[in-house]
Amino acid sequence: MPAGVLPQVVPSHLDALWFQVTGLRCNLACHHCFVSCHPKNNTFGFLSLADVESRLEEAAALGVKEFYFTGGEPFLHPQIVPILIAALAYGPVTVLTNGTVLKADWLQQLRDAEEQGIYSLEFRVSIDGFSPETNDPIRGEGTFVRAMRGVQLLVEHHFLPIITAVRTWSDADEPHIVAEFMQALKEIGYARPRIKLLPTLQIGAEESRSCGYADHDRITPEMWAGFDATQLVCEHSRVVSDRGVHVCPILIESPDSLLGQTLAQSLAPFEVSHGACFTCYQFGSICANPSSASGKDR
Amino acid sequence: MTTRIACFGGIYNNYLALEAAIADAQRRGVDQMFCLGDLGAFGPHPDRVFPLLHQHDIQVVRGNYDDSIGRGLNDCQCGYADPRDNYFAQISYDYTLQNTASDNRAYLRTLPAEIRLEIEGRRLLLCHGSPRRTNEFLWKSTTSTSFLNWLADQHQADLILATHTGIHWGRELSNRRAFVNVGVLGRPANDGRKEVWYTIISIDLHSGISWQFVPLEYDFRRLSSEMTAQQLPPEFIETIQTGWWTTCLEILPAKERRKGRY
Ligand code: SF4
Ligand code: SF4
Repeated sequence: MPAGVLPQVVPSHLDALWFQVTGLRCNLACHHCFVSCHPKNNTFGFLSLADVESRLEEAAALGVKEFYFTGGEPFLHPQIVPILIAALAYGPVTVLTNGTVLKADWLQQLRDAEEQGIYSLEFRVSIDGFSPETNDPIRGEGTFVRAMRGVQLLVEHHFLPIITAVRTWSDADEPHIVAEFMQALKEIGYARPRIKLLPTLQIGAEESRSCGYADHDRITPEMWAGFDATQLVCEHSRVVSDRGVHVCPILIESPDSLLGQTLAQSLAPFEVSHGACFTCYQFGSICANPSSASGKDR
Repeated sequence: MTTRIACFGGIYNNYLALEAAIADAQRRGVDQMFCLGDLGAFGPHPDRVFPLLHQHDIQVVRGNYDDSIGRGLNDCQCGYADPRDNYFAQISYDYTLQNTASDNRAYLRTLPAEIRLEIEGRRLLLCHGSPRRTNEFLWKSTTSTSFLNWLADQHQADLILATHTGIHWGRELSNRRAFVNVGVLGRPANDGRKEVWYTIISIDLHSGISWQFVPLEYDFRRLSSEMTAQQLPPEFIETIQTGWWTTCLEILPAKERRKGRY
């Protein structure tokens, strides 16, 4: 890092609180997963309903705007339905799922809770191709069919899941890949599919696949000068695990991401010196929903 | 004593609706009229909006569109992330920029980012998106009450008025405060009705702050035919004629999206 002011992000406010609700436990083990999730990952424990409730209360006092639930796979948590319902009483909720373990009975309860309240419950389902041939080599044998079945189940319960896919193709291929994807979704009854494409993050399991970031893939003081830091997740979000509060979901496995035990403590400046920070710098708030995306305010 | 003010949200070049709204608000005997910005976009003949605002002494907050058009930027700063949304947004932006006279663009550059008023001891803050960011979307289903209370604390306001999303809603906050998204005059609210919406705020020394959303009929047929004549996209005209949004759909949260047709 050349001499100069080290790029540091000072959070302006807690807009979004993330919950690493199942730690890094996932029923899948995708090649590109930005955290190294897999079925036996015990790096973090699950958050209990009581943990979540006390964080909701703490966050509300700070004026939090919305909540995100991630893992691992949130629907491996035995209490996930009451947890999401509890959060919906405080604000809008987005849950990131691989769509492969959803159950009709859970979705019915969640649908009723959303209907009765004022806030949206968004599902984001990760899929990586419009066919088993393109998806399964990345996400695992049989996952395409299972995820599409999950989407169908969501649609049957009148949810409008946002399908997220990590870009694993060239720009030139993108229009026809997206068009075929839309077609596949319509064929399973999703009349107005919502799709969000994500950039590849080269850490976690992804690191061993594409060699991680080169040393020069860092935000330099020169790049930082004049940059609009509100584009970064860490400028307005924090994530809770069973260990405490971390700077962002992307860096959850880095020891320096743990910023404290209380949310108020965690709203401290953070040096954005990681390789993943470089991707955030290039692509902005990749984790946010389109409805809460913050365009640059010039 | 009760003071009543009419608040018009985004006009989006819909001068016919603005004209009708002014007449309607005057008939209802409001004390003052305000506009919360985004004079341009979507509709035909941008220059027809400005004389109406001047004639009726309507104070205007600067929206992201006004900032862009005023300064001749390349896009509207709506912050859309979807390619189709951006495609349509760019058509209306380029049309509006080309058809806004330079004196009107100079006027846009004079607009304030917020207007503050004190009425019957209550502090009002009129802004475009949110008090902290001109282009922040505050949708009913994605804006928590704790966040709105925080905004009201931070900005020392008893009533925050905003627009930007295109769909009106309001919420009571702690300490008899409130937030109201006043809706827009520019296009229908994705509710299958052809009317557009504005808001009348009442402030009473004793009963406090209240609001009324007003559906407004206007000559949408004439607007449609002028849009056709100006070669604006048929998708936009469909919205005017049916009340259903056909574009900018990807920014809608689940609940708002579900209520629409597309
Ligand atoms: S990318 Fe998602 S589904 Fe795949 S292993 Fe990681 S957490 Fe699980
Ligand atoms: S990875 Fe992104 S969100 Fe996390 S600290 Fe770095 S810049 Fe911020």
